[in-house]
Amino acid sequence: MATESPYEHWRRHYDAQRLRPSDFTTMSGIDLEPVYGPRDGKFPGVFPYTRGVHASMYRSRLWTMRMFAGFGTASDTNARFREIIDAGGTGLSTAFDMPTLLGLDSDDPMSLGEVGRCGVAIDSLADMRDLFAGIDLAHITTSMTINSPAAIMLALFIAQAEEAGVAREQLGGTLQNDILKEYQAQKEFVFPPRQSMRLVRDTMAFTARSMPKWNSISISGYHIREAGSTAAEELAFTLANGFAYVELARDAGIDVDTVAPRLSFFFNAHIDFFEEIAKYRAARRIWATWMREHYHALDERSWQLRFHTQTAGVSLTAQQPEVNIARTAIEALAGVLGGTQSLHTNSMDEALALPSPKAARIALRTQQVIAYETNVAHVADPLGGSWFVEELTDEMVRQGEDIVREVLDMGRGSMLEGCIEGIEQNWFQHRIAESAYALERSFNEKRRIVVGVNDFLEGNDDDDLSILRVTNADERRQVERLREVRQARDDDLVRGALARLAHDARDAQVNLMPALIDAARAYATVGEMMATLAEVFGRHVEVPSL
Amino acid sequence: MTVRVLVAKVGLDGHDRGIKVVARLLRDAGMEVVYTGLFQTPDTVAAAAIQEDVDVVGLSMLSGAHLTLAPLVVKALRDRGSDIPVVVGGIVPTNDVDELKSLGVADVFGPGASADQIVRAVTSLVAERD
Repeated sequence: MATESPYEHWRRHYDAQRLRPSDFTTMSGIDLEPVYGPRDGKFPGVFPYTRGVHASMYRSRLWTMRMFAGFGTASDTNARFREIIDAGGTGLSTAFDMPTLLGLDSDDPMSLGEVGRCGVAIDSLADMRDLFAGIDLAHITTSMTINSPAAIMLALFIAQAEEAGVAREQLGGTLQNDILKEYQAQKEFVFPPRQSMRLVRDTMAFTARSMPKWNSISISGYHIREAGSTAAEELAFTLANGFAYVELARDAGIDVDTVAPRLSFFFNAHIDFFEEIAKYRAARRIWATWMREHYHALDERSWQLRFHTQTAGVSLTAQQPEVNIARTAIEALAGVLGGTQSLHTNSMDEALALPSPKAARIALRTQQVIAYETNVAHVADPLGGSWFVEELTDEMVRQGEDIVREVLDMGRGSMLEGCIEGIEQNWFQHRIAESAYALERSFNEKRRIVVGVNDFLEGNDDDDLSILRVTNADERRQVERLREVRQARDDDLVRGALARLAHDARDAQVNLMPALIDAARAYATVGEMMATLAEVFGRHVEVPSL
Repeated sequence: MTVRVLVAKVGLDGHDRGIKVVARLLRDAGMEVVYTGLFQTPDTVAAAAIQEDVDVVGLSMLSGAHLTLAPLVVKALRDRGSDIPVVVGGIVPTNDVDELKSLGVADVFGPGASADQIVRAVTSLVAERD
């Protein structure tokens, strides 16, 4: 294939794709090509993939409309999942509550007031079973947004699915499992970084061997951006973390071409329209180049950066919340024009509370308008070749690679060590806080305008949006349910499973997934499994800094 | 006298963008700011506030647990005989503001509150105590 030109490569792959039923014309009947540009130019589906990872892009398959949801008990969230599927959502993404994210049971004293508040409470296999009741896991892929207890959540998910007759080999989905960005930005950490990375390694090795359709990590810039970074920092920190996981797998003896195709990414879609599009294009180019040149990946799929996008929660305002529908639509369009593989659109009321059913439906409808009414999905990388977008993309690549090299230098040639060093030195945290502060000052000084916040305030007093209320009754129900689970289970079985988990945890060479799956089946709780691991691993404490 | 403020994260919420930005804005306004880090309890916040002899405690809450946790911080202070005022910033629905105030919270700053607004409110709370 060495003699094949980029155009011929693209053509061959495009012609091999089955296309969606559509005539791919404009509203007025003008025929559209699948991609535009000179024959000797760049093409989607061709290295370094600046113009997209697939030759046919959305002509063969639209992005997955993956809506993130979770609140209250598992049954409450199951009902919302079914609403999403009935409304035409094509993927699910689970939001967990704070206690679950930190591996605490709902009856832990620290969980008081937090149970089911900003996600669903999952304490044991019983909850996981309720969460996915009646949902066909063979056809709907699911994503679990959890990190510190990610291995435990995967164990519960496998136990639940196998109980329902779906083998682990059949399960398609994504575990967020990106612990590095937790220390850098989101701050839901439990164990020290190196011990956490052992759990990530175990999930990567386990899924590589036993779950061919599962994405083991979703490397997430989203939270880095939400915490206040610039677009270039989001891009660079995320890619550096991605390379660190590649090194982690390599050090564990897993071939780069086994692990890299299972890595997916997750980026923010903020309100600066063209900068975001340039960011996605730059991310694909840097990843492809480094994976081929620096990590010597040979499989094309290892070079292809696939990503999920979520519109920017921080761009939403509590003032005149309906205006958030417009912000979200613009951000979502940037994600689509940037070539995202899946998309979550935020609801207008999320600066106030978790989304109401109506607000969540409007958010999904926004994606459907983009997908089915605007025709923007007909042509791959429609902004490619724009002098502005190409230059902005090049600038993002320059800035992004500079920062990635800084991390590599911190680790003296190891990205894995650079990421851990940067976390321990508060380097990432400090940079993010500096950028957040600089942006905030620009709002305070009105150098940047946010409608309804520092200008155009008429209408701010209208306050008739009905928002979702999660009450303490949900917390009481969940605590009661957990009590029943503890009563009904076989305590000897639980003790035995936790003892094996502790034993396996002490030997860094042992993969912890089998012990976790056994513990999940025995109805050991999330809190018990995490506490068992913390006995061996210790706990991480961030040194507070301003 | 320089105004001293303790800014704190109570409970499990790790979102620390807001608290760090507000801390710097308060410093820019000439105040001294103490931050005790993530995952504090009402008791650790109250103890730190008294030990540091601060004029105001500011809680940053984005997880929806404000109605449960903020009043517990107020109570922990009052149980120790302290009248230090407590303010809350973060994702707080408008409907919850009155309830928080009836439970002893001195002021609430929702999303989009400006630096000026926060500094003015803190300054006037301190003036009321003196």
